[in-house]
Amino acid sequence: MTALGVESLSVELGGRLVLTDVDLAVDKGELVGLVGPNGAGKTTLLRTLVGLLHPRTGRVLVADRPVRRPGRAEIGYVPQRHEFAWDFPISVENVVMTGRTGRLGLLRRPGVADWEAVAEALELVRMTGLRTRPVGQLSGGQRQRVLVARALALRPAVLLLDEPFTGLDMPTQELLSELVLSLAHEARAVLMTTHDLPAALYTCHRLALLNRTIVAAGTPEQLRDERLWMDTFGVGEHNPLLKILKAT
Amino acid sequence: MSPIEFLTDLFNPELAFLPKALLIAVMSSVVCGVVGCYVVLRGMAFIGDAVAHAVFPGLAVAFVVSGNLILGGTLAGVATAILVAVFSQNRRLREDSVIGVFFVAAFALGIVIISRAPGYAGSLQQFLFGSITGIPDEDLYVAGGAGVLVLGVVFLLHKEFVAITLDREMARAMGLRVFWLDILLYVLVTLAVVISVQTIGNILVLALLITPAATARLLTDRLGVMMTLAPAIGGLSALVGLYVSWSWDFPTGGTIVLVLTAVFLTAWLLGPKHGLLARRPHRAADEHVMEAAA
Repeated sequence: MTALGVESLSVELGGRLVLTDVDLAVDKGELVGLVGPNGAGKTTLLRTLVGLLHPRTGRVLVADRPVRRPGRAEIGYVPQRHEFAWDFPISVENVVMTGRTGRLGLLRRPGVADWEAVAEALELVRMTGLRTRPVGQLSGGQRQRVLVARALALRPAVLLLDEPFTGLDMPTQELLSELVLSLAHEARAVLMTTHDLPAALYTCHRLALLNRTIVAAGTPEQLRDERLWMDTFGVGEHNPLLKILKAT
Repeated sequence: MSPIEFLTDLFNPELAFLPKALLIAVMSSVVCGVVGCYVVLRGMAFIGDAVAHAVFPGLAVAFVVSGNLILGGTLAGVATAILVAVFSQNRRLREDSVIGVFFVAAFALGIVIISRAPGYAGSLQQFLFGSITGIPDEDLYVAGGAGVLVLGVVFLLHKEFVAITLDREMARAMGLRVFWLDILLYVLVTLAVVISVQTIGNILVLALLITPAATARLLTDRLGVMMTLAPAIGGLSALVGLYVSWSWDFPTGGTIVLVLTAVFLTAWLLGPKHGLLARRPHRAADEHVMEAAA
């Protein structure tokens, strides 16, 4: 069943059309990788899905209901890691609780149900043991887990991740991609942008090739055609990218 | 002068300005200590400085027309803060440039206005460096009310202020009104500055905002502890500073700031975790374990 639907979406940034006629659907239990070159509009697409940018045309549906304003829909958003003030004196569990700030609303303090959601989110990313640790002391992989838990604290039906693996070493990336895959189980749909094509080909159920619009979407097997990748990334036929594609 | 003599002076009816000065200095240090935690954690010390200078034209106008200084300063500070917030929406200019334009302009306006008042040099010095004499009773109530208001708003909107400081992108995605929360925070900083300006002075008031919060940050990794320690450090330093300045006839504002700075340096040297004398080997081992857990 479709958890996230994007219908003929166009987005303008500073008077320039960045995305045109984007159509995409992500089902429950599915992990979809959004890949494309720099400037393809990956982050713009995620920000529009959350409601931070308003599309010029088209619409975003979460559980068949349109997203109009940020903070209303059942979407968990994990922005890039460098947006976060890691030197802030705050513990892991309190960061995860900040994910519920918008839901709680003004003047209300977290109650038992909120702390249960936080504990559940920490359990999902396997950070329960470090819940009282100040975030400044965490490693890169642990920091990414905290941000994922913060998004999960809302128990979202759709999880969006923006470049979760960038800047992490290989073993950490491997553990984290297993985690992301496990999150796509059951009722959740996961959409992530990534630069790491081999990992995306290996981990994701489906890939969406984006360059201003969705060039193609499908399982890695369905995307064997080299032309699609050459068009999306604007590379020639001898590019190493295509050799990676053949090898997988 | 011994602390006992200081206490006697405090209760001497002929020195009625002294307990008033002490009350307002401690009160403003406590309020500045709490608000200063956000200022330090957001890295907006420059905004604090800007607001501190921006209240000046308001004080000058209030002085010239014999109006209420706190009200005048607040209006000028808030007006400047809103101008900065609005002009910062323009992507071509970074916020610090906008601040650089407006706060000097506000300060210049203040100087021009106050030069029209008789006894210009004396009152200018009083504004810039503070004074403990001549605080009207009315100001005590206004400052007390403003202080309670600031602390109340902090108490009610703490989780929102934390959210916009931690991660603005996420705060927006959660539907928080980041722009309005920013303005509100600037207004709180302005109020904290305005109630402190009379005793500490316009130039030194930044120390009340920044130094206690920075000192507290050195001593803890817990926000709650930081926001309790900072006002305590500020309030105690104000008390000690006023005592020292009264005993040796030093300028009050300057003395309070020097006491704060001494506390900051002590914390920096002796701090349990971050200080120079911290147990480094223990920390290194701890990090090693965590890397393995990653």
